[in-house]
Amino acid sequence: MIAMLHAPYVIGSYAVTFGAVGLYLWRILSQARTSARNVPNEELPWK
Amino acid sequence: MLGFAVLAGFAWLVLFGLFLSPNDQTQKTGVRILYIHVPSAWLAYLAFGVTGISSAFYLVKRTRSLVWDRIAGASAEVGVLFMGITLVSGSLWGRITWGTFWTWDSRLTTTAFLFVTYIGYLAVRDLGGTHQQRARRSAVLALLAVCEVPLVHFSVKWWRPLHQQESVADGELSGLMLFSLFVGLISFTLLYVWLVMHRQRVLALNDRADDRGLDAALLERRNEVVR
Repeated sequence: MIAMLHAPYVIGSYAVTFGAVGLYLWRILSQARTSARNVPNEELPWK
Repeated sequence: MLGFAVLAGFAWLVLFGLFLSPNDQTQKTGVRILYIHVPSAWLAYLAFGVTGISSAFYLVKRTRSLVWDRIAGASAEVGVLFMGITLVSGSLWGRITWGTFWTWDSRLTTTAFLFVTYIGYLAVRDLGGTHQQRARRSAVLALLAVCEVPLVHFSVKWWRPLHQQESVADGELSGLMLFSLFVGLISFTLLYVWLVMHRQRVLALNDRADDRGLDAALLERRNEVVR
């Protein structure tokens, strides 16, 4: 288990990793939504 | 399916990295940062390597396609993300083991330089011009930038910095610690494939949206002239 002394650094590094990946995913999704409005449905790359 | 595999991999990584793997004799709990620091650095190398290879495919006439350019762009973005994670997690680890967040040793400095180089690459991709112009100039830059990757990797051998030498290749890790590291490597690699796949689709969508915007602007201009 994690000793109290280093817990902020260890947990912080995991939190930064998951947080950064989550933010990046959110950015991809929001950009996809914005761009999808300007393209007809049949031209969407995932159709 | 791949998304679920990534989620499962990360659940395993948290379980093994934070709870099941043992403490290190010298670094104590600090060693747990290894399970995300090393995989994120590996992923950044992989991402920049893929960017370089895709860019080479774009530059060769026989294989030229904007798909390669979009894969290169998507991979570079993911690489920058994970290089940033490497720098932050390494700096937190450094605070535990060296007593400082940052020191200008060769590994840290070359890594920071690589990070800034690829931010520059992404900025160059965002400059104006046609999709083909963007692809050509960024492909040339990617081929130059990827030469920095071996420099970062071998910096610990060439300059003997404060940063530790390779511990996996030297057999310093074993048992649950080595297993936890492999869980991290596999999870991060799956995440990379998943992110690049989706990101390059969104880049393709952006290109289509740009083309349609341009077509609409041209049509409007033509109508103005006719009137």
